[in-house]
Amino acid sequence: MSTLAPLPVVIPLSVAAILSALNKFVGRRLSEALAILTTIATGLICGELLLQARVQPVIHWFGGWTPRAGVALGISFVIDPIGAGAAVFTSLLVLAALIFSLHYFDTVGTLFHVLMLGFLGAMCGFALTGDLFNLFVFFELMSASAFALCGYKVEEPESMQGALNFGITNTVGAFLVLSGIGLLYGRTGALNMAQIGRTLGGNLDGLVITAFVFIMAGFFVKAAVFPFHFWLADAHAVAPTPVCVLFSGIMVELGIYAVLRVYWVIFDGPFAAHRWDVRALLLAVGSITAVVGAVMCFGQRHIKRLLAFSTVSHVGLLTIGFGVLKEDALAGVALYVLGHGLVKAALFLVAGLLLHRFSSVDELELHGRACRMHATGVVFFAAALGLASMPGFATFLGESGIIDGAKGIGQGWVRAVFVISGMLTAGAVLRVWGRVFRGMGKADDAETASAKKIDEGRETKAASHGIPAAMFAPAAGLVLLAIAIGLTPGVKRAVRTAAIVMQDRTGYQARVLEHAWISVTPAEEEHTPIGKGLAWSFGTTAAALALAFLSLSPYWPTKHVLVRPVAKTVHLLRAIHSGHVGDYVAFLTFGVAAFGVVLAVLIHLR
Amino acid sequence: MSFFPYAVAAWLFVIGLYGIVTSRNFVHLVICLAVLQSSTYVLLLSIGYRVGGTAPVFAGVRVGTPAVDPVVQALMLTDIVVEATVVALLLALALQLHKRANTLDPDKLKALEG
Repeated sequence: MSTLAPLPVVIPLSVAAILSALNKFVGRRLSEALAILTTIATGLICGELLLQARVQPVIHWFGGWTPRAGVALGISFVIDPIGAGAAVFTSLLVLAALIFSLHYFDTVGTLFHVLMLGFLGAMCGFALTGDLFNLFVFFELMSASAFALCGYKVEEPESMQGALNFGITNTVGAFLVLSGIGLLYGRTGALNMAQIGRTLGGNLDGLVITAFVFIMAGFFVKAAVFPFHFWLADAHAVAPTPVCVLFSGIMVELGIYAVLRVYWVIFDGPFAAHRWDVRALLLAVGSITAVVGAVMCFGQRHIKRLLAFSTVSHVGLLTIGFGVLKEDALAGVALYVLGHGLVKAALFLVAGLLLHRFSSVDELELHGRACRMHATGVVFFAAALGLASMPGFATFLGESGIIDGAKGIGQGWVRAVFVISGMLTAGAVLRVWGRVFRGMGKADDAETASAKKIDEGRETKAASHGIPAAMFAPAAGLVLLAIAIGLTPGVKRAVRTAAIVMQDRTGYQARVLEHAWISVTPAEEEHTPIGKGLAWSFGTTAAALALAFLSLSPYWPTKHVLVRPVAKTVHLLRAIHSGHVGDYVAFLTFGVAAFGVVLAVLIHLR
Repeated sequence: MSFFPYAVAAWLFVIGLYGIVTSRNFVHLVICLAVLQSSTYVLLLSIGYRVGGTAPVFAGVRVGTPAVDPVVQALMLTDIVVEATVVALLLALALQLHKRANTLDPDKLKALEG
C-alpha cells in the first residue's frame, strides 16, 4: 500500500479548488507560482511512483477496501512503469505549457490555471487507475477541462465552434465507453480491470465483441483515429497554444494508452485465439489514419492546423504499434509517444511564439518575416527532423521498436506507412520553416493559398521587441530532451521491460487481486539498431527535406497530368473535413458500425 | 429480465445520434446529446435489475432477500453528475457562440472547413 499513490490526483485538484474559491483575491503572479509549484510537486511524486513501480507495480486501495479471497470490491490505483511514466510526462508537458504562458494571455485570470490543474489531475488519474469506471470518470473530467480550455478565447466564434465540435464528438465517445463498461459489468459483475479480465477468462461471444468495439471506439475518439479524428484539427486550430501542447503532446496519446491498457488487461484473454483478426483491423485503421493525416497535414497553411493533422498521422503510427500486439512494438509505442510529444510540443510552442511576435500563424502571411529569429528557427528545424524520426531522436527509437515488432509477425510493410507519414508531415513542417524562417518560396503560392485561411485571434499584447526567455526556453528544452532520450543507451531496454510488465495479464491480476509479488524480468540486451533501420530513417528525413524544398521551388508540379488525381483526392479529403459536427458524428457512427462488422465477420470466418 | 429495456436503450442511443447528425441548432444538438446519454441510464439500470428484487436498503430485511444491484445505481448517479457538467458547459459554449456569431446553425459556420 502506497500513501503516495493518490497524491498526483489529490494535489492538483485541491489546489485547483482553492484557487477557484479564492479567484477574486489571488493575483496573477501568485496563481502562476502556485500552479507551477503544484505541477512540479505532482511530477516529482509521479517520478517517485515510477521508481517504485519499476520494482513492482504499486497498488493502492482507496479506503482500505482490499480484495478478499481474490474478489475486489474497492477502487484501486494500479501503477505500473508505463502508467507512471505517462503521468510524469503529463506533468512535464503541463510545466512547459505553464512556463510558456507566463507571458501569455494578458487578460488571463486565475481560472486558466484552475483548468490546467484540473486537466493535470484528471490525466494523472487516468494514467494510474486500475478501475474501469474510474477510468471513465477521469476521462470525462479530463474532457470537461479540455473543452473549457479549448474554448478559452470566448470572444471568437470559431473558438466556440471548435470547442463545441470537440465537446460533442468526445462526449459521444464517452457514452460509447460507458455503454461498453455497462455490458462488461453485466457479464462479470466487476469494475476492477483485473477482476473483469480474470472473470472473462478466454470466453469470447457477441457481448464481449460489442463491449470491446464500444470501448475501443470510444477511446479512439479521444485518440483521434480515423474516422473519429475530425474534431482534432478544429480544436487545435482554435485552442490557445499552450493548450495545444497538451492536446497533441499527451491527451490524444492517453486515448491510445487507455485502449492498450484495456486490451492487455481485459480483452487479450477473450481475443487470444483471434489476435490476427484484431491485428488486421488495427493495422488497417492505423495505416489509413497515418496516410489521411499526413496528406491533410501537407495541404494546410494555418500552422496550428497543420501540426494538428500531423498529430493525426502520428496517432495512426501509434495505432499500428498497438495493432502489432507484441511487446517490442508496445515499447516502441511508449517511446514514440515520448519522442513525438516532446517535438510536437516544441513545434506548437514555436507556433505560439510566432503568434506572439507577428499576430499570425498563417504560413503565407509569415513569409520571410522570422528570418532574424535564428535560434527559434533552429529549434523549429530540429523538431521537424524529430518528426521525421531522424536517428538521434527518441522518435527513432520508437519507430524502430514498432517496426521490429511488425517484422517479428511478418508485417514489415508497415515501414512504408512510416516513410509516407514521416516524409509528408516533416516535409510540411520543413516547408513552413523554409518559408517563414528562411524566406524561401513565394508569398502567394497558389497551391498553398487554396487551403483554408483562419484568422487567429491575438493571445498576447503586441510584442515588437524580441522573444521572452520564458517562451523560448521550454521549446528548446523539450527538443533537447527528445535528443537526450534518443541518445541515452539503455532507454529502449528499460521501456521494453516496462512493456513486458504491461502485457503480463496474469501477473497483473495476481498483483492486484492477491497482492502477489510478480517477477519482473528485465528485457534482454538490445542489439543497437544499425544498418537498414538507420538508412531508412535518414532516407525519410532526406525525402522530407527534398519534398519541402521542391514544394518551395518553382518546379513544384501543380498542373501536371500525373498530379491531377492526387489533387482530386486531396480535394475530396478536404471536403469531408467540413467543420460540421453533424458530419463528424455521422462518420463516428459509421466507424463504430464498421469496426463491429469487420471484427465480427473476421472472427466468424475463422 | 426481458429484452425490452435494452431495446429502449439502443433506440435512445440511435435516435440521439440521429438528432445530432441532422440538427440545425446547437442548443437542440446538445439536448440530443442528453437524449443519447439517457440511453446509458436505461442500460445501466436494466443491467442491475433483479426480478422481484427490492430497493437495495438492507436495514430490517431478512438475509437473502433479493435486491436490485446498487452498484449500477451509483454508476448512474455519477454518470448524471458528470454529464450535467458537460451539457452545462456545452450549452454555455453554444450561448457564447450565439452572442458572437449571431447564429446557432452549424451549417452557417464555415470557418473551420478543410
